[in-house]
Amino acid sequence: MSDDEDEIILRDLNDEDLVAQLQDDLYDGLRDEVYEGVEILLERKWDANDILANALVEGMRIVGIDFRDGILFVPEVLQCANAMKGGMGLLRPILAASGTAASTGKFVIGTVKGDIHDIGKNLVGMMLEGAGFEVIDLGINNPVENYLEAIDKHEPDIIGMSALLTTTMPYMGLVIEELDKRGILKDLPVMVGGAPLNQEFADAINAHTYGRDAAMSAELAKVILGKNR
Amino acid sequence: MGDKSSHKCLIIACGAIAGEIVQLQRQLSYSKEAFTLKCLPADYHNTPQKIAPAIEKILMAQRDQFDVVLVGYGDCGTGGKLDAVLEKYDASRLPGAHCYEFFAGAQLFGDIIEEELGSFFVTDYLVKFFDRLVIKGLGLDRYPHLYEIYFANYKRVVYLAQEDNPILFKKAQAAAHKLGLQFHYQKVGYGDLEIALKTFPLKTVGAHNVSG
Repeated sequence: MSDDEDEIILRDLNDEDLVAQLQDDLYDGLRDEVYEGVEILLERKWDANDILANALVEGMRIVGIDFRDGILFVPEVLQCANAMKGGMGLLRPILAASGTAASTGKFVIGTVKGDIHDIGKNLVGMMLEGAGFEVIDLGINNPVENYLEAIDKHEPDIIGMSALLTTTMPYMGLVIEELDKRGILKDLPVMVGGAPLNQEFADAINAHTYGRDAAMSAELAKVILGKNR
Repeated sequence: MGDKSSHKCLIIACGAIAGEIVQLQRQLSYSKEAFTLKCLPADYHNTPQKIAPAIEKILMAQRDQFDVVLVGYGDCGTGGKLDAVLEKYDASRLPGAHCYEFFAGAQLFGDIIEEELGSFFVTDYLVKFFDRLVIKGLGLDRYPHLYEIYFANYKRVVYLAQEDNPILFKKAQAAAHKLGLQFHYQKVGYGDLEIALKTFPLKTVGAHNVSG
């Protein structure tokens, strides 16, 4: 990214500049640099939740905006996600061990039946985790039975469905109908997302929320539970 | 469809099927003036949100200059937005969700998917330009570790061939190998694209001569 003479020494930066640099490095998909930045903040006794929220999640929020605006494209966003995972890899065990992980809520997420695409779903899962959600990932190609079983087993606060194909997105409507028939829908918000979806489709299938992109989905999930900042 | 020779036709197509349309134009003996062909960049395949607005822009400017308009796209990931534009401008498109489906036909395409959901489809065009559209288009040239992220759930490359072409066959095999996937070949020809061009009100060579 830069010449040797312009190289930024992360340890020389004060906290404020380091967090800003971390966001920049995340935007540039620099996994090693993000890892190092998180490591330095931990050494400076930063709370893991604060690092997650202020550096990583905020960085990905900016990435989400630029993806929406056509400045970044899928490969670059995946690089950013990879960098975030580097930082998360350091924070996750600390949060788990200390029991201080923010508990925003429980979110079951899965790609619908007939669809094997999971890049978007995985990005949403990562952003939800960053936002403090416990994420139960059902993976790909999920029939309605999988969602019902997960609802019984995990009692989530929100259920999320993803589809990349025009041919598979109607299946979301079938799942919502089934939830409605069983009286589950009135108490369980359903969020839907995926490249071919839009607000009109989400409204037509009676979904609670349309998650336009990963960062927005995590923000909306917090809003649904009344835990937005 | 009325007197074919009298219609002024516009075809707006994905650049990925432009060569096929020109090929069919020759095969079906249509005159060079049988229709006006406008193409959008094939790499909109990777950014389907651009398709409907780009087609609407053309239709807004030129719809009234033509009697009929055929749009050489499936839904192509527009989530119904393309259909909404076409309805507004009284234009029609090819059947199916995308080019794989209209080349193979809905029945065969469904069978292939049922046999193996993890099928990654390529056509003659995608094989020819595999490196540009898939490798570069998905950023795999810059970020090779993304192979796993993009293709972990795929099991095989399915080559839906329009023409018998041993060079493309080998290229498709090599593409499958590059992606670490099995290879399946299926000659499907031009499918619903050919049917659409046969039934669309276009001028044949003879008709052109008569009307010209």
